[in-house]
Amino acid sequence: MIGIVDYKAGNLTSVARALHYLGVPCEVTDDPEMLDACDRIIFPGVGAAGEAMINLRNKGMDRRLREWVASGKPTLGICLGTQVIFDRSEENDAACLGIVPGSVRRFPENMKDQEGRFLKIPHMGWNQVAFSRPHPVFTGLPAEAEFYFVHSYYPNPTDSGYALAWTDYGLRFCAVIARRNLVAVQFHPEKSGIPGLQILANFCRWGGQDAQ
Amino acid sequence: MLSKRIIPCLDVRDGKLTKGIKFKGNIDIGDPVEAAREYYEQGADEIVFYDITASSDARNIILDVVRRVAETIFIPFSVGGGIRSVEDMRAVILAGAEKISINSEAVKNPDLIDEGAKAFGNQCVVLGMDVKKVAIRPEIPSGYEIVIHGGRIFTGRDALQWAKEGEVRGAGEICLNSIDADGTQEGYEVDLTRMISSQVRIPVIASGGAGNPEHLLDVLTEGLADAALIASIVHYRTHTIQDLKSYLNGNGVKVRTQW
Repeated sequence: MIGIVDYKAGNLTSVARALHYLGVPCEVTDDPEMLDACDRIIFPGVGAAGEAMINLRNKGMDRRLREWVASGKPTLGICLGTQVIFDRSEENDAACLGIVPGSVRRFPENMKDQEGRFLKIPHMGWNQVAFSRPHPVFTGLPAEAEFYFVHSYYPNPTDSGYALAWTDYGLRFCAVIARRNLVAVQFHPEKSGIPGLQILANFCRWGGQDAQ
Repeated sequence: MLSKRIIPCLDVRDGKLTKGIKFKGNIDIGDPVEAAREYYEQGADEIVFYDITASSDARNIILDVVRRVAETIFIPFSVGGGIRSVEDMRAVILAGAEKISINSEAVKNPDLIDEGAKAFGNQCVVLGMDVKKVAIRPEIPSGYEIVIHGGRIFTGRDALQWAKEGEVRGAGEICLNSIDADGTQEGYEVDLTRMISSQVRIPVIASGGAGNPEHLLDVLTEGLADAALIASIVHYRTHTIQDLKSYLNGNGVKVRTQW
């Protein structure tokens, strides 16, 4: 069973629908106890980091998530779920889960493209992801695959060794984090067509060992 | 580098497609879910559904369409038309749409933008703007006026000022539809698109007038649009989305070419 962690951060049904399409049983839950029955979890979400952390703390889910990741079971963060695993976020100046060392930063307002025009914020749409090494959750993807992003803040891990992949938007930011049993993506695999579904299918089969 | 998005727009009335979409074979030409699947497979980057159902009794039909679409395609899609409250937005989002487009409703009740953004995040709220070219006058300094109800009612609002107000209120994106160009297949209104897109910091989707691949190229380059809405050009099978994308790609526009 895959647990989809619900902490009132947006609509989680799209991740559940994608897993349903893949024929993988899953359950959306906001109950930390329920995670005991799961063999892997997905931690999705859209919204603001500050409110997300308040909701996680109110349910005791913050502590349960730290224990869960420490237990070695496969964990996939998506979008806001990826951002709150860091120490801090500039969004609402929020203290986050502290599972991965680093922070989450706002895209600078004055970023420009090659023609000197201001880049739009949020970074919204399809963009490429350059992997720095192979990983079991990201196998079988076309070389030119693009993924759907929508975010105004980006992950900035302290140890770039945890940065599995990078994306360019005004600056180069870490789009995929991998550390042992944890993988976390800034884009939305559930909304990234066939390559996105491939990542979810790979995750559902993954034992939690990083190839590194 | 971010790709420019190509977004087919499907008009739905009482749960059926309203523009004749000439799909091959035995696909039910009236089913928006099948049309969405076809465009998803052709490489659409996103899909827009515009619900033009007139009676409020029939409103739930669109929710059933949204649910079925959400089970079938795995790219973002938005729904517009007849959404008047945060509760209406919530119903469509829970049914599986990523984004809600509000247009006339936002003009009548601008707080709906703020309320939607607060409840679901800015990325959920698309401000749809129907615009007509008019003579410049003190309250319309840009020479483009916001119209509602399919272009029948002039609102006295300036298009550029309304775009900026929508951004401040929390819209995550603007869908800019030129009523003058809509349905003509003679090209997007490039000057209008350029003016709006260069003066807001949120993405702008150009809409209205696409008839050939050059039109898309113009609006995505000269017009500074972040995305292009298309309808007749693909519905009537003049072009496929692949055709349009390979043309754009060959002319130096970054688009998603693998899916």
